[in-house]
Parts: sequence; C-alpha cells; structure tokens
Amino acid sequence: MNLTLTIIGQMIAFAAFVLFCMKLVWPPLMNAIEARQQKIAHGLAATDRAEKDLALAQDKAKDQLKDAKAQAAAIIEQAKKREAKIIEEAADKANAEREHILAQAKAEVEAEGNRLREDLRKQVAALAIAGAEKILQRSIDEAAHSDILEKLVQEL
Amino acid sequence: MAAGETSISSHIQHHLTNAKMCSVNGEYVFNKACSESGFWVLHIDTLAWSIGLGILFLWLFRIAAVKAGRDQLAVPGKFQCFVEMLIEFVDTNVKSTFHGKSKLIAPLALTIFVWVFLMNLMDLVPVDVLPALAGWIGATFFGMDSHDVYMKIVPTTDINTTVSLALGVFVLMIGYSIKIKGVVGFIKELTLHPFNTKNVYVQALLVPFNLLLEVLALITKPFSLALRLYGNLYAGEMIFILIGIIGLLQLPLHFIWAVFHILVIVLQAFVFMMLTIVYLSMASADNH
Repeated sequence: MNLTLTIIGQMIAFAAFVLFCMKLVWPPLMNAIEARQQKIAHGLAATDRAEKDLALAQDKAKDQLKDAKAQAAAIIEQAKKREAKIIEEAADKANAEREHILAQAKAEVEAEGNRLREDLRKQVAALAIAGAEKILQRSIDEAAHSDILEKLVQEL
Repeated sequence: MAAGETSISSHIQHHLTNAKMCSVNGEYVFNKACSESGFWVLHIDTLAWSIGLGILFLWLFRIAAVKAGRDQLAVPGKFQCFVEMLIEFVDTNVKSTFHGKSKLIAPLALTIFVWVFLMNLMDLVPVDVLPALAGWIGATFFGMDSHDVYMKIVPTTDINTTVSLALGVFVLMIGYSIKIKGVVGFIKELTLHPFNTKNVYVQALLVPFNLLLEVLALITKPFSLALRLYGNLYAGEMIFILIGIIGLLQLPLHFIWAVFHILVIVLQAFVFMMLTIVYLSMASADNH
C-alpha cells in the first residue's frame, strides 16, 4: 500500500484513453451500428410491404382470371348464338333460292309445254288440213272453201 | 528451515514489489535507491503494462472504428462484430442506468470495462514467467542482480492504478454534480440532506452533521471502487504466487484457480464499469 506519483501518471493515461475512445472509437462504431439498425429496419419494413403487395397482386390476379373466364364464356355464348343465326339465315336463303329456282323451272316447263302444244296443234291442223285436202282434193276447190278451213284452224 | 522460510517470504516479497524509478539529486535511479523518495516514485512496470494494454485496446478498437467509418453499411467482419457487441453491451448498460444525455459516459464505461479487463487478464499469465524473464534479461544484458529486477505485470494489483481510476471517476462525479445542479445546488445537497427541517435555526444546527454524513458518503464511493478492484486482484495474485511456490502440485491447483479467476477478472471489470455509471448517474440526478 504505497501511493506514489504513479497515480498521476495513471490518471493522465486514463484521461487520454477515455478522450481517445470518446473522439475516435465510440462515434464511428455507434454510427455504423445505428446505420445498420436502420438498414435492417428498412429491410424488414420492405419485406412486410412486399408481402402485402404480393397478397394484393394475387387477389387482383384471381379477380382478373375470374373476369376473363366470365368474358370468355360470354363470348362463346355469343358466338354460338351467332352461329345458329347464320345457319338459320343460310337455310332461309337456300329455301328461298330453291323455291325461286323451282318456280322458274315450272314456268319454263309450262312455257315449253304451251309451245309444244301450240306446235302440236299447228301440226295437227296442218295434218288435218293435209288429210282434208287429200280427201277433198278431188271434190272441193281450195279457194272456194278456204274460209271454212280457216275457221277450222281457228277452232283447233 | 529458517533459511527456507526467509527465501519463500523474500520470493513472495519480490513478486509483490513494483519496479520503481525516481529522481535523487537530479539523477534517475531505480528500485532500492528509491526507498527514501516517498511519494515521488514512479512504478514503471505498472505504468508500462497499463499504458501498453490501454494502447492495445484503443488500437484494436480504432481498427474496427476505421473499418466501420469507411463503409457503414458494409457487412462487418468477425472482429468488428465482436467489438460492436461489446459496444452494444456497454451502451445497453449505460442507457438502462444513466438517464441523462452524455457523450462521455458510454465511452468512459467502455474504456473502463475493456482496459480494466485487459489489466486483470494479465493475472492469468503464470506468475513466475514474466518476472523470471525480466530478471534474466536484466542479469544478462544489463549486468544486474536478477533479484534486483522487479516486474509486477498486473497493473490492477497496484493500488496506484485503482486509486487513479477511482479518482478519475471521483473528479467526474464532482464535475457532473456541479454541471447539473450548479455549485449552490451541490453545496445544498451536501448540507441539507439527509436531515431537513423547515425551521431555519434547527437546520443550521443540522448542517455540520449533514455535511459530515454526505461528504463521507461521497468519499466512500471512490474508496470502495479503488479498494474493491485492488483487493480482489491483489488477493487473486497472492494466491497465484502461493500456488506457484508449492512445486509440481501447483499445476492442477493453478488450473482450478485460473478458471475461477476468469470469472473474477471479468466480474471485477464489469462491477467497476457498472458502479462508475451508477455513481455518475447519481451525481447527475437532480433530486437526492
């Protein structure tokens, strides 16, 4: 137990060490620790935000998928209706066309029949006249009986 | 037998003596020549080891601080993590105890903790190694008698170290008291407590009594700081020295005591730091 001048030396050293520590050791380390703490806090907050965003995005994607499905169903429905309509229209058109063609054909057939009948009539008349001529050649003067013959042709 | 006892006690005495330096008649002389110098002696081994360890501590921590300052958000290395853990540990203790704002307290606590720990740590170096080495160097290179070479390697077993630390803290305590409460407030604290009455005349009678109690309470704090650390480390060192003289059997005993002592040196460093913080927070607390 002998107190000596060493005390003064030690106190000077102590003061110098504390000052050095206070000026050059503590602040940079504390700043670094605080900066890192802040960075970690930011990182954690960002993670939370990202998780929320992800949940939101998932919900949104689900909704959009639902919408898209509904839309697709609607479009398919519409397309089906349209298809039916087109088929119906086409059938109607085809029917009309058929009837038109049929009518035309009938008319043509009728006209042809009429023409043939006329021809036939004329030929029969000619034949009849020829026959009658041959019968009457000897007895009847063509000129004298032409008016009767005309009348006959008219009646045929 | 008597000769053996003398040699053992002189061996112990040799271990417990500091290397001294002093100035006699304008000349620097060492050790036994200083026996008449009283206070005006420097313990050069204590000074060298403590300042060396302090510089080691600050150098290591400065490296970490420079690294941390260069890029605050870089991934810290293992050493820097260790340093930051210590800083965080000290900072937590300071913040939980000291409720003012002070740029000084936390670095002060860190310095005390690490420096005292390092000085205590020298206790774990086997007691005979460094003194014997110093004796050999003295005898071989300087032509001294190896018994005249003293080397006490644990600065905290020198009362001068612990007293100087405690005095440093004491000065800060007074400084904080005056800074926070003012000179008048500080004097009021010393004279108007613990006995306090409204009656002025009775109070005047109580002032000397209060002053005695409060000054005692104030002075006990650095005393307890200095003597607790010194006593613990001195006793530990003493037991190491005693174990060291019993021959081969010392090995297991030394091991057991050293393991136990690991606890003591950390605890004493921590206690010194904690009490420093507590005393300073008491000094800067406004109400008594």
